[in-house]
Amino acid sequence: MSKKPLQFTLNGANKAVFVEDGQNLLDVLRREVGDFAPKYGCGQGTCGSCTVLIDGKPHLSCLTLAERSEGASIETASGLADGPDLHPLQDAFMEHFAAQCGYCTSGMLMAAKALLDHTPTPTREEVVEAIAGNVCRCTGYEPIINAILDAAARGRRFSA
Amino acid sequence: MTVTVTTYETATEAAHAIAAGTSTHFLGGGTLIMRALNEGDPSVRSIVMTGDIAMKQIRPAGAGMEIGAAVTMADILGSHDLGFLHSAARAVGGPAIRNMATLGGNLFARSPYGDLATALLALDGVVVLASGGGMREMPLSEFLAGRDGVAKGVVVSVRVSRPATLEAFRFHKVSRVRPKRIAVLTLAAHLPMNSGRITGARIAYGAMAPTPIRVPAVEQALEGASLDEQGIARALAVACEGCAPANDAIASEWYRREVTPVHLKRLLLGQAA
Repeated sequence: MSKKPLQFTLNGANKAVFVEDGQNLLDVLRREVGDFAPKYGCGQGTCGSCTVLIDGKPHLSCLTLAERSEGASIETASGLADGPDLHPLQDAFMEHFAAQCGYCTSGMLMAAKALLDHTPTPTREEVVEAIAGNVCRCTGYEPIINAILDAAARGRRFSA
Repeated sequence: MTVTVTTYETATEAAHAIAAGTSTHFLGGGTLIMRALNEGDPSVRSIVMTGDIAMKQIRPAGAGMEIGAAVTMADILGSHDLGFLHSAARAVGGPAIRNMATLGGNLFARSPYGDLATALLALDGVVVLASGGGMREMPLSEFLAGRDGVAKGVVVSVRVSRPATLEAFRFHKVSRVRPKRIAVLTLAAHLPMNSGRITGARIAYGAMAPTPIRVPAVEQALEGASLDEQGIARALAVACEGCAPANDAIASEWYRREVTPVHLKRLLLGQAA
């Protein structure tokens, strides 16, 4: 099986790996780079637990052919915290009990980050739409929606 | 399982590779082929791709628009010229899927998927296909009917009519879960009006057959009709003619047949889905 060189940035850090033909980006992130934040759930594009940002936009890493990420800027939930300081979304998820088993959480956080990066003051409907591709089987979604709205409100307070 | 991935400069070169290969598939946005790879589908042995710029273009074509096969749902939502397709593009998946899923791929999505293809059908879509023998064109309805047989090529673009007014084009996706939803059925209608009468109606359904389909019986029943309860009555009576909906986890065949006239009525009368 042939291997191809691949370079990209992961949460701002340069990465260079060799990938196999047909290997998906999630597999490269977890096995080759050691970033275990994005999760393998369904492998079909249904659950959203593998959501990462590619050049600022949410993508499903399990359905992304790794070699197509050449030169891309990839963000995962591993890059959200700044040392001991959690990202406002992470803080809000904790305070609102928006994570139970936690399997969907990294995908939810990245879907939410994609929203808040472009729409800092979203409506509830916009939040619901933003996480519409992410399945949670624990929370019933309400705590997640409330957490994202609270994180947006905190952002407003920070910038005020 | 060993898979090979080859990237070609143009769609034509990729089409040649597909024609010459076995178990060779074209990778667009990845939401179909990567899914098959993840499932270990043994029929995917070789993948071809192209960065052909022609497949990313959105441009006027006569009275209509030509949309490249690699244009994503998010690209459509970002295009002012394609405003008439926004409701259909927004109906596909969540934000991540819409950043990946392409127009070309939607033509190959298995029922009950293929919402955008349903909208394109109602706009007299014409498929531009690169194949081993060169470029050719065919009506989208013909392409979908023979989809599995004509796949030895690469869809380059689809040309569609531009509706005369936004009100003339209607799209409803019927589902049990909101906002992300798999279709019980999808309906699209292009209803050009002349002196208060429908002329040249186009009606298409998704999830009512193995591929999205046009519904000629409904189209004929609407010809010359007015858009009111009395005018559409004949169309509702033949709403399911020519349909072969599936029994699946989303809905039974019986249920789909029962609710189709209800949703067709709502679509035609401009009521909420």
